Amino acid sequence: MSIQAKPLHSVGVPMKRKEDPRFIQGKGHYVDDLSFPGMLYLSLVRSTYPHAEIRSIDITEALKVPGVKAVITGKDLEAAGLGWLPTFHGFDKQMVLAIGKVLFQYQEVAAVFAETRAAAVDGAEAVQVDYAPLPVVADPFTSKADKVLLRPDRESKTNRIFHWEVGDKDGAARALASSARRIKQRVWFQRCHPAPLEPCGCVAYFDTMGRLQFHVTSQAPHVYRTALALVTGIAEDKIHVISPDLGGGFGNKVPVYPGYVCAIVGALKIGRPVKWIETRTENLTSTGFARDYHMDVEIGATADGRVTALRVATTADHGAFDAAADPSRYPAGIFGIVTGSYDFPVAYAEVDAFFTNKAPGGIAYRCSFRVTEASYAIERGMDILADELGIDAAELRRKNFIRKDQFPYPSALGFTYDSGDYHKTLDVALERIGYDALLKEQAEKRARGELMGIGLSTFTEVVGAGPSKHFDILGIRMFDSAEIRIHPTGAGIVRTGTKSQGQGHETTWAQIVAEELGLDAGAIMVEEGDTDTAPYGLGTYASRSTPVAGAAITMAARRIREKARKIAAHLLEAGEADVEWTDYRFQVKGVPARSVTMKEVAFAAYTNMAQNEPGLEATYYYDPPNMTYPNGAYVAVVDVDRETGEVKVRRFVAVDDCGTVINPMIVEGQIHGGLTEGFAMAFIQEIQYDAEGNNLSTNFTDYLVPTSLETPHWETAGTVTPSPHHPMGAKGVGESPNVGSPAAFVNAVVDALSPLGVRHIDMPMTRDKVWRAIRDAESTKG
Amino acid sequence: MKVHVKVNGISYEREVEPRALLAYFLREDCGLTGTHVGCDTSSCGCCVVVMDGERAVKSCSMFAVQADGHEILTVEGLADGGRLHALQQGFWDQHGLQCGYCTPGMLLTSYALLRHNATPSEADIREGLAGNLCRCTGYQNIVKAVQQAAGALRESVGAS
Repeated sequence: MSIQAKPLHSVGVPMKRKEDPRFIQGKGHYVDDLSFPGMLYLSLVRSTYPHAEIRSIDITEALKVPGVKAVITGKDLEAAGLGWLPTFHGFDKQMVLAIGKVLFQYQEVAAVFAETRAAAVDGAEAVQVDYAPLPVVADPFTSKADKVLLRPDRESKTNRIFHWEVGDKDGAARALASSARRIKQRVWFQRCHPAPLEPCGCVAYFDTMGRLQFHVTSQAPHVYRTALALVTGIAEDKIHVISPDLGGGFGNKVPVYPGYVCAIVGALKIGRPVKWIETRTENLTSTGFARDYHMDVEIGATADGRVTALRVATTADHGAFDAAADPSRYPAGIFGIVTGSYDFPVAYAEVDAFFTNKAPGGIAYRCSFRVTEASYAIERGMDILADELGIDAAELRRKNFIRKDQFPYPSALGFTYDSGDYHKTLDVALERIGYDALLKEQAEKRARGELMGIGLSTFTEVVGAGPSKHFDILGIRMFDSAEIRIHPTGAGIVRTGTKSQGQGHETTWAQIVAEELGLDAGAIMVEEGDTDTAPYGLGTYASRSTPVAGAAITMAARRIREKARKIAAHLLEAGEADVEWTDYRFQVKGVPARSVTMKEVAFAAYTNMAQNEPGLEATYYYDPPNMTYPNGAYVAVVDVDRETGEVKVRRFVAVDDCGTVINPMIVEGQIHGGLTEGFAMAFIQEIQYDAEGNNLSTNFTDYLVPTSLETPHWETAGTVTPSPHHPMGAKGVGESPNVGSPAAFVNAVVDALSPLGVRHIDMPMTRDKVWRAIRDAESTKG
Repeated sequence: MKVHVKVNGISYEREVEPRALLAYFLREDCGLTGTHVGCDTSSCGCCVVVMDGERAVKSCSMFAVQADGHEILTVEGLADGGRLHALQQGFWDQHGLQCGYCTPGMLLTSYALLRHNATPSEADIREGLAGNLCRCTGYQNIVKAVQQAAGALRESVGAS
């Protein structure tokens, strides 16, 4: 029996990523890299009108285009019972190809299948569609009036999709009315698009056994399999979904899109593999957008700045179909986190969602179902309150934070926050940025008329859906799963129901297994995304991978350890009760010299297991008892050019508390990326429509994504408050920086402009918008 | 039309449509799928390859026929046998990638950048990479990766 010289710590180690060698050598395996003999290409004809009746579709010329094999329309699909697709939310359906009417510009109207990519596009160009334009509803406030009914196909004859509310309506109203001080502000979180650099796409074919082989850009491959079985009537065992390497997802690759259904129908009808890869324009104009929440925020407070009540009323623009990918019991997602990090005695939130003639969506863009919107609302509101009361923004937050000794904390809107130390996290951030010195500098600059701003955001996220009793997609409960097999040589494989899109699961999951079993993380392979081999899971979004699948891996590894203990007892010739797992190996209690490594046990599990069941593997389906609540304190410092409106982000400090950190390098990378997307939303990113419903942000020259030039330098730090209910204490991190940072930027810019009397600016804070705010404020002042 | 392009030192002679883009020629005619396509407006830079040893070009904005008679370097040609190029090593060591989709373009743009400037400052690197979008990393670690590679390349030149 050998004794390990060094302990095998894996968790907390910045291990270089195991997936990287293939990516840096051009050996990634993305869906557009696939090619099969006889493969056809699909191109979609899309509507040029935002709202119109389709008088006719003429495919004659398209069929004459060399290489075109077939064209299908909505009527063909309707005849096959595939005209509509249920949205993941479960309460609406979406046309696969337009039937009778189009409801948004760029809506899918016909599908053209051809021998080459170019021939498919030529064929799509040749399809003649005769439209009769209808009145357009381009915003939710017009929609509310129900003058034009957008969805007569639905039972309820109104454009209102739902009214949702949570909290104590009367109590909040009373508390607000009797509060000494009160603020109210409308803030709009503009329509954004996740725009992963790899667009959505798929390849579908039926193999020689008649089985659907479906390679697709999916963040939730098992859900796709079940949804396809339900929609198409193909038995679920005859569907194999494979989600290969994904070039980013950010929520965009959660829903099922019409192009996928058309590819499958084409493969079935023509009997050849079909590839559909959307263009960037198709991605930005038709697949899941995010946000578009108009929020009226009201906060009441005592004269000395203790919050007394919160009320938020939201008008939401969901586009032409309700394709928000929220769990069915949560039509407005987890917006109830809107009380944030503060101890509100009473609160009330309501959301009214409306159809418009815009692309469908409302997906969780790097966000746990509407948490970004909620965090932005409360963090803006707290700054406006600080301004109103004349109290320093940090001081006001400190005064109202949920205290460390209040956890587990029941929030006024029904959540039980697991853990946190908000005061400490804020202290670390303020010290890191040098808050007091900055305030002094700002006072001096203001005296000279210079515009410098300091913005805070001290947010709390809620991630890791389930628990299954509350959360589901299409009725499927939101647990997640892991299967681990340890091979005779001590190498192994772990499979989960999640799916990495760049988060580094191949490394992080291996580190968890290595930590729990005392094995080499380098020899633990991770496989995800193949529904034939992976255990059933709900996928990767809403920062749920580490909180749910990470927990499942930990629990599966512990099951393996229990079995391994029996074999270790046999090898050590001791009773099982006398064998303990310590310092990454089994030893006879109190006798370190008598020990055995997991690697030795693994070999014995296949060669010398005595009466024990052979093999060393386990599966675990983990149903989280609660969500996890990562949190952070962010500080932005900006300088604003009074003449041009140009904003320079001088510094940005992000202090995150995501509980136990498994790979600090990966966590830091996630924070950099999330901050950059937060920066993008704050300053440049917006899907714009004109009043006639035309999409004005159809490619990367109009939908702006930050480059290396304008992206600020990020300074990161962390505090660690483990989650008490997660088996490793981890909370998830991928979305926190995206959720928390927009408010920090807006708070900083508004702080800079506050001497001019500016109280709020809506995102994106483009140069011209800031310039206009300065000009308007100066002209008002005279 | 017939084109003759040398890619990563190997000659490819293929019949192409005049409108065929270089990006798809590389991906579909040469089978080199490391070069990616991420937009329709030459904004994202996922498709960048190096032409004639030093020019970074967006292969989605060139016709295959324009590459006739030229030499192209793609991500598949960066490593020297089993040895990673200093840039590949830099991106791996510095966590300069997440989903990997922009990585080939980032590597090839950086390759051309370092051919022209062996000692780039952070500002030089940020300016040099401004035509390549990344949605995952926030660029900070990409800058570090290029800096590491620049240092390593200078050392290897000094050593030889």
